[in-house]
Amino acid sequence: MKYLLSLLLAAAATPALGQHNHAAAEQLVTADPHAGHQMDEEADDPHAGHDMPQSPSGPSDPHAGHQMPSTSATDAHRAHAGHEPGIPDPPVAPPSAAALRGPDHAADAIFGAQAMAPARETVRKEHGDIKSGMILIDQLEAVMGKGKDGYAWEAQGWYGGDIDRLWFKTEGESSFGESPEHAEVQALWSRALDPWWNLQAGIRQDFGAGPDRTYAVVGVQGLAPYWFEMGGALFLSDKGDFTARIEAEYDQRLTQKLILQPAAELNFSAQDVPELGIGSGLSTAELGLRLRYQFVPEFAPYVGVRYERAFGDTADFRRARDEKAGGWNFLIGIRSWF
Amino acid sequence: MTQTIDRRSLLRAGAVGAAGLGFSSLFPAWAQSGSAGLAGSPGLAPQMPTLSGENIHLKIANTPFTVGGRTGHAVTMNGLLPAPLIRLREGQNVRLHVENTLDEDSSIHWHGLIVPFQMDGVPGVSFPGIKPHTTFVYEFPLLQSGTYWYHSHSGLQEQQGHYGPIVIDPTEPDPVAYDREHVIVLSDWTFLHPHQLVTKLKSEGGYFNRQRQTLFGMLRGGPEESMSASDRAMWGKMRMDPTDIADVTAATYTYLVNGHGPQENWTGLFRSGERVRLRFINAATMTIFNIRIPGLPMTVVSADGLNVRPVTVDEFQIGNAETYDVIIQPTEDKAFTLVAESIDRSGMARATLAPRMGMTAPVPPLRPRPTLTMRDMGMGSMDHSSIAGMDHGAMAGMDHGGSHSMGSMNMRDKSLVPDSVKVGVGVDVIAMSPADRTGDPGVGLEDVGHKVLTYRDLMSLTPNPDTRPPQRTIEVHLTGNMERFMWSFDGEKFSEGVEPIRFERNERARVVLINDTMMTHPIHLHGHFFEVVNGHTGSYPRKHTVNVLPGGKVSLDLTADAPGDWAFHCHLLLHMHAGMFRVVTIRPLEGDAA
Repeated sequence: MKYLLSLLLAAAATPALGQHNHAAAEQLVTADPHAGHQMDEEADDPHAGHDMPQSPSGPSDPHAGHQMPSTSATDAHRAHAGHEPGIPDPPVAPPSAAALRGPDHAADAIFGAQAMAPARETVRKEHGDIKSGMILIDQLEAVMGKGKDGYAWEAQGWYGGDIDRLWFKTEGESSFGESPEHAEVQALWSRALDPWWNLQAGIRQDFGAGPDRTYAVVGVQGLAPYWFEMGGALFLSDKGDFTARIEAEYDQRLTQKLILQPAAELNFSAQDVPELGIGSGLSTAELGLRLRYQFVPEFAPYVGVRYERAFGDTADFRRARDEKAGGWNFLIGIRSWF
Repeated sequence: MTQTIDRRSLLRAGAVGAAGLGFSSLFPAWAQSGSAGLAGSPGLAPQMPTLSGENIHLKIANTPFTVGGRTGHAVTMNGLLPAPLIRLREGQNVRLHVENTLDEDSSIHWHGLIVPFQMDGVPGVSFPGIKPHTTFVYEFPLLQSGTYWYHSHSGLQEQQGHYGPIVIDPTEPDPVAYDREHVIVLSDWTFLHPHQLVTKLKSEGGYFNRQRQTLFGMLRGGPEESMSASDRAMWGKMRMDPTDIADVTAATYTYLVNGHGPQENWTGLFRSGERVRLRFINAATMTIFNIRIPGLPMTVVSADGLNVRPVTVDEFQIGNAETYDVIIQPTEDKAFTLVAESIDRSGMARATLAPRMGMTAPVPPLRPRPTLTMRDMGMGSMDHSSIAGMDHGAMAGMDHGGSHSMGSMNMRDKSLVPDSVKVGVGVDVIAMSPADRTGDPGVGLEDVGHKVLTYRDLMSLTPNPDTRPPQRTIEVHLTGNMERFMWSFDGEKFSEGVEPIRFERNERARVVLINDTMMTHPIHLHGHFFEVVNGHTGSYPRKHTVNVLPGGKVSLDLTADAPGDWAFHCHLLLHMHAGMFRVVTIRPLEGDAA
């Protein structure tokens, strides 16, 4: 997170932007064909465009014969400038008893309740009850490093309304030509907690090397201040092991289409899980930096780098398998959604 | 001058002398490029509106529509986009036979017309809708005159081309003098299905915004990137995008004038020296336009169909469903470009006004994309600068004092709203200090160097009919969540089964619309004209649709004189679709014991 924050600050701390204000204003004025037309224009003949009728308007007008004030609207505006205009707001009050009388639905009396009821249900649904969905392949990448090259993916999708959604997530990694070293799928129910955050709960199934595990999942996912996409989850396995994960990513728009995305992931464990090579405490950390070019928002190839390493017992488990505790990788991939 | 209408020529729909330009098949006579205009065009062949009289037939159908060399699927009336001009006379009776040839329900709402509620055309509120392959007959007397329009109120058909203009000529001599007139229907066209728009916006609230602040842009500088680093941080902290001006932009839209894209260049003719009346209708679904004719001042003579005291401006902002009539008087034998820039300045609708076909004038480049200000954030009345003072200077001033303290402010302070407002997932911000913005010209127009219309410039030409003071206030908050693309009144979507807003028949009430969001919302009440409380007591402009600026508030005085059930909603179609909709009931009904 510190890394991300300092990156953001570096981006934000770029030179004095306020200075462009005047240049901007000037540019606006010079670019405008109306430059030089000043407010005087509104002082034009107040009757311009109106052919005032000789005799005041028709019989339907109860005010016929009232003399028109001679000021133009803009003059009157000036006269009122600085004043709280007109009649002050009356008190907020509920409708009167008379307003509550009569049928609930006026159209029922004309078209029949039978015809109106289904239409009323349709109009209700069509004004807010939107169901939609999305599949986001956030990362689908080739991973190149000192060891054998491999591939990794991270994707999620959802379907539902504004508050409740069915959410799935998957991620995994492997070497080319081998079955997945690690793969997981989560099926979650997601409920909006506030404008930006969702509570998610469900199950996770792992596949790949080592014994398969099933987990109960509870977590949050959402948008933190300063536009950080974040997620955190607790996992309880069918063997009673507790693990946790925190993720964050940030889209730094370099141009409208070129986007630099720092991302971080931390994994924790409450205990050693030797059969999965997980040690207690901070088990692994991953930092990524991906530069993508959005041809369209839905399709963006990228290049990137990733540093991943294990800590504590997790690192020891790796060394015991003749693996390195961590290292750098170069990434080429595609981000896509639909 | 009095307009006389020759009914035979009105019905002569085929009498199209226009140049066509090869795009003509779907354009009604009046929308043909090279239009000499409507009635009263001496010396030029009259180009008559298509439909008039006491019986009007409209057929809703799926048809292709071509713009910019590409053809897409449209839902049209009588095969035309926009639909035929319906030209009627005040005081007459009209029967509109509407045949729905679609495989889904449809409807027509007569926007701005004062009709009995059951003729208002909102399915599920005023009538059951027009079922597939059936005909519904609307019938009502015309109680008013002016520029109006009609459109579908079913699903998202309006986005697909289901709209057209209405002009009603007055019984009395028209107080507006003009030699020629053109109807200007502005709209937005996309080749995406409207449901795709919704899905994309639900997936990514800023999907169509391709004018965001960027790091390289900030380093390069320029008018679009002039926000200070500390202000950027403040907006970022709030998870608000100060460039989120329009939800759907030119990234997908082609902006149309009378069904013509900028390339097709719809051209309206005039003779120099003539007074030309332009009847602007914003029939767009998701686009607020800024309109100007470089080199020609415009005198606004009517708003939402009703006459106002003439006020001359260089530019005006028109919200969805608003109409403005302006008089221009070109005195030179040259062409002028009519520019309708989208509010976010991602694109424009363009047309030409010229003495002869083929003449064009320079098309000005799009101006820099505006950036939302503190005032748009609902900090309006905390800034003590003058109403017109939201220039860059004032913003720069906010940089020093404002931003630091902003960090600790609660942007969703529930104590600022009444208990009736549900501050939940659907409300991402509450305006801390909403200002009366009727004196503001609209987002991005504070500092354009010429006179821009504000609501405070509008005064009704005739005294307001009901001068009783309002007896109670009804406060309605306009609420939303930009990230999740949720929109509502008082934090509750219509689909959540909300209570109607209830009025007693003929009661006089003040409706205060408070815009907690950072977007402009054109709010429309069916069946009524309300008075926009803008300081001109007794001569308030009477409107059917009012733009409520971001972080601002507008007071409306209403005489609830139309018994029945009425729709009340944001006229940004996808905001309405997302939940920004209510039913207004007025009781007792006709015939009920009072």
